[in-house]
Amino acid sequence: MTQALSELQQKFHNIITNPNLSPKQKTHWLSLEAEASLPYVAVSDAVREVMADGSVCDMFEGHAPFKPRYVLPDYAVFLKNGSEYLELAPAQDFDDALNMLSIIYHHVPSVTSIPVYLGQLDDLLMPYVGELTDEQLYTKLKRFWIMLDRTLPDAFMHVNIGPADSPVCRTILKVDAELKQIAPNLTFMYDPAVTPDDLLRQAASNICECSKPHIANYPMHAAAYGDKRFGIVSCYNSLPLCGGSNTLVRMNLKLVAAKAKDEADFLESVLPYHSELMRELMNARSSFLHQDSNFFESFLAKEGLIDEQRFAPMFGIYGMAEAVNQLMDKAGKAGRYGHDVEANELGHRISARLAQLVDEMTVTYGLNGKAVLHAQGGISIDDAVTPGVRIPYGTEPDPVSYVQATAGHHQYYTSGISDILTIDETVKANPEAMFNLAKGALMAGYREFTANVASNDLVRITGYMVKLSDIARYDDEGSRTNTTFLGAEAAKNTGVLERMPRVASLEMTPALAR
Amino acid sequence: MTSAVKPLERTAKVSRILNFSCVDGPGNRMVIFLQGCNFNCISCHNPHTINHCNHCGDCVPHCPTGALQITKDTNENKVTWVSSLCTQCDLCLDVCPHQSNPKISEISVSDLLALIRKHHFFLSGITVSGGEATLQLPFIIALFSAIKADAELSHLTCFIDSNGELTLTGWDKVAPWLDGAMIDLKSWQSETHQWLVGRNNHRVLASIKHLADLGKLHEVRLLHIPGKSDLDIEVAAVGKFLAGLPESVNIRLNAFQHHGVVGEALEWSKCSKSDIEYFHSLLYQYVRRPMSLPGVYS
Ligand code: SF4
Ligand code: SF4
Repeated sequence: MTQALSELQQKFHNIITNPNLSPKQKTHWLSLEAEASLPYVAVSDAVREVMADGSVCDMFEGHAPFKPRYVLPDYAVFLKNGSEYLELAPAQDFDDALNMLSIIYHHVPSVTSIPVYLGQLDDLLMPYVGELTDEQLYTKLKRFWIMLDRTLPDAFMHVNIGPADSPVCRTILKVDAELKQIAPNLTFMYDPAVTPDDLLRQAASNICECSKPHIANYPMHAAAYGDKRFGIVSCYNSLPLCGGSNTLVRMNLKLVAAKAKDEADFLESVLPYHSELMRELMNARSSFLHQDSNFFESFLAKEGLIDEQRFAPMFGIYGMAEAVNQLMDKAGKAGRYGHDVEANELGHRISARLAQLVDEMTVTYGLNGKAVLHAQGGISIDDAVTPGVRIPYGTEPDPVSYVQATAGHHQYYTSGISDILTIDETVKANPEAMFNLAKGALMAGYREFTANVASNDLVRITGYMVKLSDIARYDDEGSRTNTTFLGAEAAKNTGVLERMPRVASLEMTPALAR
Repeated sequence: MTSAVKPLERTAKVSRILNFSCVDGPGNRMVIFLQGCNFNCISCHNPHTINHCNHCGDCVPHCPTGALQITKDTNENKVTWVSSLCTQCDLCLDVCPHQSNPKISEISVSDLLALIRKHHFFLSGITVSGGEATLQLPFIIALFSAIKADAELSHLTCFIDSNGELTLTGWDKVAPWLDGAMIDLKSWQSETHQWLVGRNNHRVLASIKHLADLGKLHEVRLLHIPGKSDLDIEVAAVGKFLAGLPESVNIRLNAFQHHGVVGEALEWSKCSKSDIEYFHSLLYQYVRRPMSLPGVYS
């Protein structure tokens, strides 16, 4: 090529010639660059400033959002009614239902362009089981599971099951432990009034096998969104069913706390100021999506799978640990977050204040006019900032003390919070201990329980799973799954694999060509 | 946890408490390590748990953070440990000439009950370990009976991890509150046992049989030290003995490793995965049921 390339063309060229990306992955990254070449949605200078200094960030969602961040279609409506747009009749039997789901998944967008929510599969499929034997069910679901991992290889893609016992729920747990795939991710809902202990035991022993499923506190989520009116997607985002999240904007509490004189200044002045700017940014981004992108003209909305009113912006925060430790320093106190009662209680006060600010805030496109608070799990470029409200890597206490130090936060984070516990591999010989831990955490007020078993090849890098063996291979060969390079980047930048033993959770990717 | 100890209330010398353990009995257990042991195993992995501190003060100048201090207690020197200053570097354990540990807390039954209550949703039960836990048997009985009498905690199982040296009368005393015991069997021939731990093994074997008869034996642990212990040489006798135990008793094979070990045992070769697998194959001919093998070799 003799002609000099413009900067933008050079970016395109780098993606197109990248030896590690498949054509499909290249297409995805090219589209991100194209969107990024448009001017940013209109925001005030104050918002630009906090975005420039890193206090507030838009998670690299793009300059001109044309699809919501997370979409949770009501697949039951689709199976029951079929789809005029897709020319599909209502499902008649189990094979029909699986086939229809396989089709619709390819029409559900998200920030990663792969669907983040695959549905509450036991509730969706049980009506179509009919006369199928357990053996038949097993064979069909196993094929379906393999298909999902091979055609939609993204660990943000989430299936929900539970809290009630059913053959589909049991079979999914069995197949998932057997295949140990990255995709799909899995959440098991637990309700002490409904879930039998032996089903929770099976879920706990699955965690020992493959660090999945997450266990969600069903009554807590149901209290926020209504019975069966929510789903857990991506990395532990709890969102309205038949809706989702139009955008996620997050605040770096570490940087914001650095601007405060002391706790009172932080809670009463600095935090409200930045929350207001978060509101402006969420409004600007969601307004473009709802007003200009034409997204809500799609068949998903027309055929009742989604409802524009059920989308809310997520108000994300991270770096709680660093914020607390700085404020402790400013007060001349030595206690550290995660280990000291006073520091932990300061953390809880910050969460309570955030919840109050979000609750008092009206947004243009929200669920009943509100945003939803989220403890964000970090992304691969984060450096020296701890995800969400977690205790920093390498300083975590034993898992029981971990849960007790952080449980006080969980009530405030309506749209999800991820604390990941790392458990020594000796637990594999004693899954009852995992059961105890899960139950204890949920009783202590955990909204979600997530554990990694240290020796498992499947490891969570911030909420999605990657195979350790894949991370080691990525630099040389590229990977079949979209999340591995996020893992590779996170592992290098955030010391995620240095955790004791190792864990993490991440959520979203910065631009590849940066 | 160090609230004022009520007069007359039983206390124990505790070297460590774990809130989470999946290797000390069924489910997650709180493990309470009591200081002091009546064996003196050459192969000990935790030699600093053997003796009670004699307050000689040798460790004090080695502490890098000033967490160890000498105070006068009725004219005797007393070494005090300030836990808030301690970084758990364990230098004090390295320099102690007396196989002891200055980081011991005197903990009462009610303090421990409060801690167990705080964690009870996370637990299947508790395990007292050591050192040799049964040297503080009256404390254990007071603790276990208090747990069993408490409506909120009575579902928790109470286990003892022991070297088996306790007398049969001792086991009978704790039996009403005991759910399970885990006993180490370190050698088969009494002479080997004498050499390895400083005492013969008559009481150990008697404890194992007696606990099995009482229905309280949860696990027998065999420490395989290739070329040193005689469990492999005597495998026929060991195997027949174990085969006579109830099926419900877990048999766990442990592989000798070097971590924590001091002195001549550091010259011994470690037990590799293939060593333990070979030992397992020998033993299996007699035991004929699943046994637990180590999860990790280090
Ligand atoms: S472990 Fe604690 S008491 Fe012992 S030397 Fe280190 S800091 Fe001092
Ligand atoms: S721990 Fe050892 S060195 Fe320190 S005072 Fe006690 S006996 Fe002496």
